[in-house]
Amino acid sequence: MYAYDQYDQAMVDARVAEFRDQVARRLDGRLSEDQFKPLRLMNGLYLQLHAYMLRVAIPYGTLNARQMRALADIAEQYDRGYGHFTTRQNIQYNWIKLADAPDILADLARVEMHAIQTSGNCIRNISADHLAGAAADEVCDPRPYAELLRQWSSFHPEFSALPRKFKIAVIASEADRAAMRLHDIGIRMVEREGTLGAQFYVGGGMGRTPMIAPLIRDFVPVDQFITYAEACLRVYNRHGRRDNKYKARIKILVHELGADEYRRQVEEEFAHLLTLGIEPPRAELERIKAHFGPPIHAELPPLTAQAGPSDPAAFAEWRAANVLPHKLPGHVAAVISLKPIGGIPGDATAEQMRVIADCAALYSADECRVMHTQNILLPHVREADLPALYARLADAGLATANLDQVGDIIACPGLDYCSLANARSIPVAQKISQRFAASGKGAALGELKLKISGCINACGHHHAGHIGILGVDRKGTENYQLLLGGSEAEDAALGKITGPGFDEDGIVDAVETVADLYLARREAGERFLDTYRRLGMEPFKEALYG
Amino acid sequence: MAELLRFRDDEPVDHPAVTVDAFGGQANAAAVRVEPGDDARALIPHLAHIRLVEVNFPAFTDGRGYSAARILREAGYTGELRAVGDVLVDQLAFMRRCGFDAFEPDQPFDDGEVRAAMSRFPHAYQPAAAGAQPIWVLRHPPANG
Ligand code: HEM
Ligand code: SF4
Repeated sequence: MYAYDQYDQAMVDARVAEFRDQVARRLDGRLSEDQFKPLRLMNGLYLQLHAYMLRVAIPYGTLNARQMRALADIAEQYDRGYGHFTTRQNIQYNWIKLADAPDILADLARVEMHAIQTSGNCIRNISADHLAGAAADEVCDPRPYAELLRQWSSFHPEFSALPRKFKIAVIASEADRAAMRLHDIGIRMVEREGTLGAQFYVGGGMGRTPMIAPLIRDFVPVDQFITYAEACLRVYNRHGRRDNKYKARIKILVHELGADEYRRQVEEEFAHLLTLGIEPPRAELERIKAHFGPPIHAELPPLTAQAGPSDPAAFAEWRAANVLPHKLPGHVAAVISLKPIGGIPGDATAEQMRVIADCAALYSADECRVMHTQNILLPHVREADLPALYARLADAGLATANLDQVGDIIACPGLDYCSLANARSIPVAQKISQRFAASGKGAALGELKLKISGCINACGHHHAGHIGILGVDRKGTENYQLLLGGSEAEDAALGKITGPGFDEDGIVDAVETVADLYLARREAGERFLDTYRRLGMEPFKEALYG
Repeated sequence: MAELLRFRDDEPVDHPAVTVDAFGGQANAAAVRVEPGDDARALIPHLAHIRLVEVNFPAFTDGRGYSAARILREAGYTGELRAVGDVLVDQLAFMRRCGFDAFEPDQPFDDGEVRAAMSRFPHAYQPAAAGAQPIWVLRHPPANG
């Protein structure tokens, strides 16, 4: 894992001092709320319905045990004993007091963490494949490139007042586990004739005008990686729309110019920037790479001394659902579901975070990852340790066996917290999860990605759900539209609305109706999404509106 | 009249700046004002006789002026580069690194806040106009020192 050196540490320490000063100026009135707003947003602090919300950056989702414990301490000391893991691999606290925010940032800085650029119109936290370093299908570990981007984008002087927020994701395999093409820039590391380089997809995004990013360059040599990103950003900063905040994302610029014209402008800027020597040297990439070696395990008691799980059937079910292959022999990656039946997707209590930290330290070479599906991954688990790990997780209520199943729902905070919401998302997620748990159909349905947003901003990725749910406001009451056929993976697609919306109970019934139709009509080996693609919308409409 | 904060020693230009459009037709002006929508590259052929470029920030949230500044410095412009308008002290360090060396904010800065803003971050990850070495140079000093 990356570890700060003196320069990285000095940077976050200075930031804490700066923000402490800005908060003091806000509290004594020297800064107006209008002037303070962009400053606090650059530090991840939003004003929400009931309190301030603080979003902490977790670069490419990677945490060690000490960092996870610090997140638990913050939840206990400054929030209400829990935190919420988000679709951009970050954590949010929903009940923060402004006066506490500088102390929280100081606590974070002590464990090499920060909230820099987690909101506001700047380059946000860089996300990456959660299986980085573990996936058998990767051409390289994408994290060193994500770390290069993290440093380049931190306090970039030119890009601190962009037209709109800017999100970047990095992957290194054909399979896309990071919704790469739904980012402002999606990067895939590729190998061509033995040489490593990067594909740049630019102009994807969700929100009210969802778009799948087109390929802008098929191969950027690694020695020009940062320079190319800078060219992409400069064209956007100069020409992105600023007259209408709903048209300000780079996806609109790329769409209005056309991918070819955007590419031409980027290439022109790129040729110019190459003459300026802004690319970090190869030695810097090598320095960063050295932090991402193969996993080193803690000394464990001999495996035979460990007790097996008390419920072997439940263990087998969990293992079948939540354990993924690893590139090293004898190793696996294990997913800790933060989607217990009827729970709040992505929430974890301080106690649970500590259990996760202990498991990461003992069983996963001191590492865990926040997944964009709002779960936690232990990337490097020895297969032989699985029974012991399972027993530990089951004790803490963290062993729900539902990875990528209908109960593994992504949901945004919705009307329970969010000031922009039209409808509640969390209660709908809870009801759907309970309905399918009661009917026991979850495992039979197999991979079925369900995603819920409480308004058109799409924080819950509803456009990209195999089944998506969008909360809207219909004449003052909460109403839910149903979408089918989206995907955030390598077969990226945007879902289509089925027809008129439903009320809160109606949407739960509607999800069950389309799931049942799939079970009745699927052919061998088909996932829900495949059946939908084969049959088209009509039969589903028929079943829903008859 | 807002106060002028300058990080250079030469005499300020004493006549008002003309717009980029007007400048095209009257090459004897030594001061130009760049608005957010202007293409700073239009000035590049004339940099030799420009002594002041004012970059206007009608709203501090509009960051186009940062790119304009860097583009001019990258093209070799050495005259005064002045940020005017809705310029806040919290942006000072970023602006310096983009190449601005003079500031004429609508709301005058507090001296103490200017000093704090300028000294807060000892290093930066990116190479920038104000001359400081990026962190990656400090980490990997050139072999011949
Ligand atoms: C509760 C406070 C939140 C507010 C006020 C908020 C606000 C917004 C807004 C306004 C957008 C649309 C941006 C645009 O289209 O330009 C957006 C998009 C998004 N938000 Fe949130 N959000 C919040 C919480 C969250 C949470 C908790 C997550 C993660 C679970 C999240 C993840 C996202 C994602 C993934 C997008 C889509 C990005 C895209 O359009 O490409 N947000 N958010
Ligand atoms: S989708 Fe809408 S309701 Fe949900 S968190 Fe985002 S802004 Fe709030």
